[in-house]
Amino acid sequence: MFDFLEGYDLLGAFWVTVKLTVYSALGSLIWGTLLAGMRVGPVPLMRGFGTAYVNIIRNIPLTVIIVFASLGLFQTLQVKLGGGGDFEVINFRLAVLALALYTAAFVCEALRSGINTVPAGQAEAARALGLSFTQVLRLVILPQAFRAVVNPLANVLIALTKNTTVAAAIGVVEAAYLMKDMIEAEAQLILISAVFAFGFICLTLPTGLLLGWVSKKVAVKR
Amino acid sequence: MTTSVLFDAQGPRAKQRNILYTVVFVAALAAAAWWVFSSLAEKHQLDWVKWEPFFTSPQPWETYIWPGLQNTLKAAFFALLIALPLGALFGIGRLSDHRWMRMPSGVVVEFFRAIPVLILMITANAAYAEFTNLATEDRLLYAVVTGLVLYNASVLAEIVRAGILSLPRGQTDAAKAIGMRKGQTMRYVLLPQSVTAMLPAIVSQIVVIVKDTALGGAVLTFPELLASVRPMSANYGANTIACFTIIALIYMALNFALTSFASWLEGRLRRGKKSTGAVVGAAPDGGLEIVEAPPVKTGGTDKV
Repeated sequence: MFDFLEGYDLLGAFWVTVKLTVYSALGSLIWGTLLAGMRVGPVPLMRGFGTAYVNIIRNIPLTVIIVFASLGLFQTLQVKLGGGGDFEVINFRLAVLALALYTAAFVCEALRSGINTVPAGQAEAARALGLSFTQVLRLVILPQAFRAVVNPLANVLIALTKNTTVAAAIGVVEAAYLMKDMIEAEAQLILISAVFAFGFICLTLPTGLLLGWVSKKVAVKR
Repeated sequence: MTTSVLFDAQGPRAKQRNILYTVVFVAALAAAAWWVFSSLAEKHQLDWVKWEPFFTSPQPWETYIWPGLQNTLKAAFFALLIALPLGALFGIGRLSDHRWMRMPSGVVVEFFRAIPVLILMITANAAYAEFTNLATEDRLLYAVVTGLVLYNASVLAEIVRAGILSLPRGQTDAAKAIGMRKGQTMRYVLLPQSVTAMLPAIVSQIVVIVKDTALGGAVLTFPELLASVRPMSANYGANTIACFTIIALIYMALNFALTSFASWLEGRLRRGKKSTGAVVGAAPDGGLEIVEAPPVKTGGTDKV
């Protein structure tokens, strides 16, 4: 029944999906945290930059950003992000960059709502002890904020996992790309779709369950 | 000067330090801008010839951008029109007292939320090609709308559910007390009240729908706004950057208007006296919806 799978690297394609997800999740977590720091910080210019970044990126479709990374950055400006590599490697890197830049805006907003859940008294107490802004943020606010936003961040991560399919638009051979290929070559529409749907459920469902459990475990009881 | 609990009112030394940070940040931004500017200039992307068609003649707008934008809006409009009632149906279905209704609704909603829209679009496109004899241009629109509907109906179902659950239990109790049946309670008491709480989330879901139409252009060759870049840049001499700038600005203007409207609505509903003050938070991406209780009223909120 599943012999149409022969000759296709199904696991390989899903492995690329996983790699895209993990790399861009790490990138977006770092950049998103920095953005959140800028948005709540004391320097007006950085606050403005953070706000502008989030509002601009959130309102442009991810597809536009990814296609721009390929057509604009690579083909027009010859940005390759590191030397060497063939077409596919370069597009993989560009897809990671685009996904991380896009997702960071959502990570930043999730974190900012997490910062709002920390009682004002905590920050006031920290200031009363004489801690500077970076110390308040690093030692008191962010550790609690991160624990409060595990669930929203899990949703962002699940959305990111699904969003990696957009990389198919620039020829990164991940799950959606392979699926399109297979549908064109094989006459097994229903089965092929079922296999890929199942694959994504296998990726997103455990993420949600696991992080849901983690969020309950680490939640700050107030 | 905004006051924040995270840092003190600034004294002379802190002010100096801030100035230093500002200068360093400006320098970094300027360096980045210079790099972008010089690499654009090097590839002749800043030449006036490449930008001029958008400003001096209506031709690119009439031939490429406007038809593309029309298709984008058309797909988004139909998707919303179909997904909204479908979502309401499944959202209410998940709250049903009957297991046989609750279970399948839950399974359908969770299933379509777990799958990428692109996968749904590709499947729909192939299915229409195989089982129907639609003309290609209709088929692409149908496929894009089908993908958007399946995904967004399930997200909207969750918004509807969260909206109804955000109402105080007393509403249902009171309706029961005056002898309303379950259907009547839903129709006359719960739904009308929760619609206000849901509105901001629904408006921000429209942004997600508009953004996802671009998938149809990039992968299925549906001739929407993003898909107009390739022919346009081919026609006006490889002005890729200019084309992307223009369409990104259009998307931004459209979606920014929607997001601003959503947050204005949210603020208005929170402050309103007629509603409970509970609002289903805007779903920014991938169905991130939170029921927020009415904000605790404290003197001079100084949250960041």
